Amino acid sequence: MKTIGYIIQKEFKQIFRNKGMLPIIFILPLLQLVILSNAATFEIKNIKFSYIDNDNTSFSRALIDKFEASTYFNVVSNFPSEKIASSAMLKGEVDVILEIPHYFERDLLKDKKTDLSVIINAIDGAAAGVENVYINQIVQGFNKNAQATLIQPSDLINQPKNISSITSFWYNETLNYKTFMVPGILVLLVTMITLFLSGMNIVREKEIGTLEQMNVTPIRKHEFIIGKLFPFWIIGFGLLTIGLIISKVIFNTPIIGNLGLVYFYTAFYLLVILGMGLFISNFTDTQQQAMFIAWFFVVIFILMSGLFTPIESMPKWAQNLTEFNPIKYFVEVMRMVMLKGADFNDILPQFLKTLGYAIIMNGLAVWSYKKTS
Amino acid sequence: MSISVHNISKTFKDVTAVNNISFDVKEGELFGLIGPDGAGKTTIFRILTTLLFADKGEAIVANYDVIKDYKSIRNHVGYMPGKFSLYQDLTVEENLEFFATIFGTTIEKNYDLIKDIYVQIEPFKTRRAGKLSGGMKQKLALCCALIHKPKVLFLDEPTTGVDPVSRKEFWEMLKRLQKKGITILVSTPYMDEAALCDRIALIQDGKILEIDTPQEIVKHYPKKIYNVKTDNMYKLIECLKSYEHHYSVYPFGEFVHYTDKRDDFNPNELHRFLEEMDAVNIIIQPTETTIEDTFMELAK
Repeated sequence: MKTIGYIIQKEFKQIFRNKGMLPIIFILPLLQLVILSNAATFEIKNIKFSYIDNDNTSFSRALIDKFEASTYFNVVSNFPSEKIASSAMLKGEVDVILEIPHYFERDLLKDKKTDLSVIINAIDGAAAGVENVYINQIVQGFNKNAQATLIQPSDLINQPKNISSITSFWYNETLNYKTFMVPGILVLLVTMITLFLSGMNIVREKEIGTLEQMNVTPIRKHEFIIGKLFPFWIIGFGLLTIGLIISKVIFNTPIIGNLGLVYFYTAFYLLVILGMGLFISNFTDTQQQAMFIAWFFVVIFILMSGLFTPIESMPKWAQNLTEFNPIKYFVEVMRMVMLKGADFNDILPQFLKTLGYAIIMNGLAVWSYKKTS
Repeated sequence: MSISVHNISKTFKDVTAVNNISFDVKEGELFGLIGPDGAGKTTIFRILTTLLFADKGEAIVANYDVIKDYKSIRNHVGYMPGKFSLYQDLTVEENLEFFATIFGTTIEKNYDLIKDIYVQIEPFKTRRAGKLSGGMKQKLALCCALIHKPKVLFLDEPTTGVDPVSRKEFWEMLKRLQKKGITILVSTPYMDEAALCDRIALIQDGKILEIDTPQEIVKHYPKKIYNVKTDNMYKLIECLKSYEHHYSVYPFGEFVHYTDKRDDFNPNELHRFLEEMDAVNIIIQPTETTIEDTFMELAK
């Protein structure tokens, strides 16, 4: 026990003397949270909007004004022909082209029916879908107004009653994207940094040859492993705390649930990550190799964690794969506890899976540690 | 016996690093493993310090079997690997304290053992190990290997890459440690250091060529060696190799070590031969056999 304490003490000394490690622990989380939370957003704004107005009437101009008034659209240009508009789209100057046909106003007044042509750059399919919805909303709004002006008193009798729905958004009332992202990015931060640091740490002893020196001492393997990994367990908590403070102070993210529960879950989650770090360092000889392998796993885990893209919209096989992703559970738990105020019973399934993962991962790591040295 | 090795073999994939080696080291002896790079010296060290299992054979260190009692061995041996392997970002004092603690002892308890060496690095005790000079690093490593008062000390090429003055000092330190009753197994590629050991084993390609005291090993050399020198070293070697009676020709410092096939070799004959080959300033003189000559002869 005394030996473990001494190894831990040595480890902390080395961490705080390592000029590369300190900024990683203290500056990186701050930057990551602040920058990513602001930048990683799916809100689509500043859409480059252009139009071809073949009608040039007060009606068509009123429609364009609607788009001008919208905060989502930047009306960048007015093209005289479809050909010029298409080439502008090809060059990437515009995202959306709205073509108003000849006799737009006349047809609307006479036939109460007309068509608009909309062309959307759909390289980013998700963005195109959202843009389409925005455009439809504006056109429908315009349509309603137009109806009001066009309606004849005699028509009123046959008008169907309008059904309108009123939506209330739970758990994130203002649909604030940051409220959704911050807990997730906090997970990313705790995971990445603890995995990289712990993965590189034991390899480092291999690289500089001290592992060999340690192996001829009476130190037991478990003492060595615990002594090496424990500091990163603590650092993981440090990161979580820094992250929570930042999310409260800068982003005012609601923390409805019990913070103690977050820490309790994190304690076990970190065991999974540390086990993974140890596992990686058993199969590598240099810090560089360890770093590359850790990156590989982190990228896959993050993209399949539901952090940026919803798991429900992944193909079935991918959804099955995410069951093996510890980051997914942590993201879920963080969002559940922070935003919905979930209690222990609510996160029990995630907790049990994480616990199982921790046992398997550490078992594998210790087994391979014995095997390779 | 402090160390006894019986028929040890170790193969890595298709390379035989150690091939059926046996030797014994007496208690309090300074025993040298002498051989070129790749001879298998480090592998022997790694087997004896329980870092590696031998494929075959058995080895006893300080009365413990290297496989069955590996835990006990680790308490009783000190190992200094060829590559400096202490924590570069800890200070001199912290390194020493760390190794003392993991061996369950303190610096004070065994201070008398390391005192001679430690006083030399004490002025730098707050300096980080990575910032020390080569000779200082090596002294620190030796201190760390000695801090738990080991019965047997393993030093793998301790003087490789160290300047001549520090090398000399280092061997003097080893002699003093030996007087304190510590058995020392040291490896070196330098033949001149071999003469400082009590006994040596000459190793090549994982096999032991000969084990004996340095004095005896030299006596085994079958021929009389002559130092030969002329103005042009390169041409001299070529001439000597073309001389029909030559037995061996090796450059050795400013001279060439020459031996002849005949027992009744007359240096004047060689002198005449070299004159015919237009050599100038010819010097031919008999010389003492060195361990290097013996090694070259055995390794042939």
